[in-house]
Amino acid sequence: MIKKEMIAMLLAGGQGSRLGVLTSKVAKPAVAFGGKYRIIDFPLSNCINSGVDTVGVLTQYQPLRLNTHIGIGIPWDLDRNIGGVTVLPPYEKSANSEWYTGTANAIFQNLDYMESFNPEYVLILSGDHIYKMDYEVMLDFHKANEAEVTIAVMPVPMEEASRFGIMITDENRRITDFEEKPEHPRSNLASMGIYIFNWKTLKEALLTMADQPALDFGKHVIPYCHEKGAPLYAYEFNGYWKDVGTLSSYWEANMELIDIVPEFNLYEEYWKIYTKSDILPPQYMSWDSVVSRCIIGEGTNIYGKVYNSVVGCGVTIGEGVVVRDSIIMNNVVIGAGCEINKAIIAENVLIGKGVKLGVGDEAENDTAPHIYNHGLVTVGEKSVIPDNVSVGKNTVIAGVTTAADYADAYLASGKTLIKAEER
Amino acid sequence: MRAIGIVLAGGNNHRMKELSQKRAICAMPVAGSYRSIDFTLSNMSNSHIQKVAVFTQYNSRSLNEHLSSSKWWDFGRKQGGLYVFTPAVTVNNSNWYRGTADAIAQNLTWLKNSHEPYVVIASGDCVYKMDFNKLLEYHIDKKADITVVCRDMEPGTEIERFGTMKMNEEYRITEFEEKPLQAKSNTVSCGIYVIRRRNLIEMIEKCVEEERYDFVRDILIRYKDMKRIYAYKIKEYWRNIASVEDYYGTNMDFLKPEVRDYFFKQYPDIYSKVDDLPPAKYNPGADIRNSLISSGCIVNGVVENSVIFKKSYIGNNCVIKNSVILNDVYIGDNTYIENCIVESRDTIRAGSRFVGEGGIRIVVEKNERYVM
Repeated sequence: MIKKEMIAMLLAGGQGSRLGVLTSKVAKPAVAFGGKYRIIDFPLSNCINSGVDTVGVLTQYQPLRLNTHIGIGIPWDLDRNIGGVTVLPPYEKSANSEWYTGTANAIFQNLDYMESFNPEYVLILSGDHIYKMDYEVMLDFHKANEAEVTIAVMPVPMEEASRFGIMITDENRRITDFEEKPEHPRSNLASMGIYIFNWKTLKEALLTMADQPALDFGKHVIPYCHEKGAPLYAYEFNGYWKDVGTLSSYWEANMELIDIVPEFNLYEEYWKIYTKSDILPPQYMSWDSVVSRCIIGEGTNIYGKVYNSVVGCGVTIGEGVVVRDSIIMNNVVIGAGCEINKAIIAENVLIGKGVKLGVGDEAENDTAPHIYNHGLVTVGEKSVIPDNVSVGKNTVIAGVTTAADYADAYLASGKTLIKAEER
Repeated sequence: MRAIGIVLAGGNNHRMKELSQKRAICAMPVAGSYRSIDFTLSNMSNSHIQKVAVFTQYNSRSLNEHLSSSKWWDFGRKQGGLYVFTPAVTVNNSNWYRGTADAIAQNLTWLKNSHEPYVVIASGDCVYKMDFNKLLEYHIDKKADITVVCRDMEPGTEIERFGTMKMNEEYRITEFEEKPLQAKSNTVSCGIYVIRRRNLIEMIEKCVEEERYDFVRDILIRYKDMKRIYAYKIKEYWRNIASVEDYYGTNMDFLKPEVRDYFFKQYPDIYSKVDDLPPAKYNPGADIRNSLISSGCIVNGVVENSVIFKKSYIGNNCVIKNSVILNDVYIGDNTYIENCIVESRDTIRAGSRFVGEGGIRIVVEKNERYVM
């Protein structure tokens, strides 16, 4: 007989459209982070480090990269005879087939998966945050309070509280009320989108509310449980937790890793972050290379100068190149003599010789200023940038671009250059 | 593939000095991220040899840990797999492996229970890439009983620590001398052999009867005129690491672009056990020149012409020159190291100075380490 005390359901189906071209071909949880990792590595590693060995990963948007990355879960020790990791895409049913229409709807469509493990508790996670958290401690809290639902919360500065879902609790941390993005917040405890449900409570709620369109945890399931009078508790988490949902927060979170003693420390022995690594060789630094305040992945060859940057695996940085304040993902090639300032360069990009990125005056992006801002240059995966062109700030480039795409060999600040073809 | 693999990984060697006290030579870290045995195992896997036995004996803890799963080299688990055989006490035997042939003899059942017609035998202390399919084709082509892989060594190589051979124009081996006092040829055996499985079983059984234990002396040399033993010459990079100078030299070879390109970029890849270490980190003050740095390192000082293995910490104002720093070494601030091999898991106190003068110095420093 199969019995698991707690299983995890990891929501990894979203696009994360505010990451712009970074998620045009991959789901947000599969976006590279911190040199060699992908965002989903953090919740997956947390699961195995917390002793949760059964994880359903719900995928929908562009799942290929995610599927190949997860495989059968070998890097996380999640290849198990019973449990382990299972990728759960939406599927056709004899009636009412549909995509995952909301967070809770996705979980509802996988009731059979959860049922097969006969769990006591179900942990709901999302695949787009950078943090280390012991879910076992949260479960202990859940049990000690005889809660039916426990929501992980994090104190945020009061002035920012109106951006979050806010939990109002009594002195015992029992949730008395909650408000979504309130104008005048009554508490500063923000929901982190991490829930532990008693399986019975979750199942009952999902079955009762099955017909609700776009069934969502925050909007429907939690309020339903609250109205029913179920004990809801808030578990306060005070460690590092970063939402990397926008390009600027993604860039910042990466840059925080290069501090001398980073707040989020990847070098701790007893809470390893696991990932599928394809590239093993050490990195090579030439006679003329300079690397300062950087983290750099395996198999990278550096012939130029790199300052304050996060560089992935298998990257080549040519002679005379100067890279500053940038994120360079796996297998990027940067030709000789380039100057790269504050850029996010996605995987497998080829940059010609003498290219200058992030030069000129600030100007608001002309197509999507809410995505491309903070002076960043964003280059989508498998793009090509020809020799000797200059690119301004708040710009975005994707696809194979040629010299003809750059009038006077210059892409002005705020411009968008997206071509269909890729490498 | 029509062959199974045997990796001889049991040996120890005084030429490795302090470095082999801790581990079998096959478990020596090489080129930053690998262990010596990875090269042979990857070559086998890349040649579609799916069933491989590793014979270990001397100080095998480190090696066993490395060989924790067949997955790292992509060997199967049902259709083949990776087998690690240490000597075991049985009703008929309570001996250690008394030699390479004895190691095979003590595991003859494994050999008999296999069905593949050929066996590739290789040592685990060499750094090379090789397609064993081509070797096997050559072996069949020559109608050889045994084929020995060999290589002409560059002048200046210490030939005397290898097996040397002479051959006729058809590449049939006419003379074979193990560790000769004075070498008559600069062609050395690479310690890689192909042989028909049934032939091997037969010859090993004969050895057992006659109480002979060494594969080279009691099979290759003894049967040299009776059996058709052929040489298969390679020209590519091949280097045995089993002396301090060669070990150091092999690691330093990886600072050459053509060697890195050959092993790291060209097909096929070399595999190893993944250690799940974070990317290397360079703090202000780091200054790296012509060096290899592996994952998990944190560098605050100067590194020149060196190979730094995984998970090492190099403190502020340190200078590391022409050295090989093995895994998980902690080097305190203001340390100067030149021409050294620093043993893995060493902790070097701040302000130390180690210089190899007139040769490579091996540094073994086991101090208390206080980590945050």
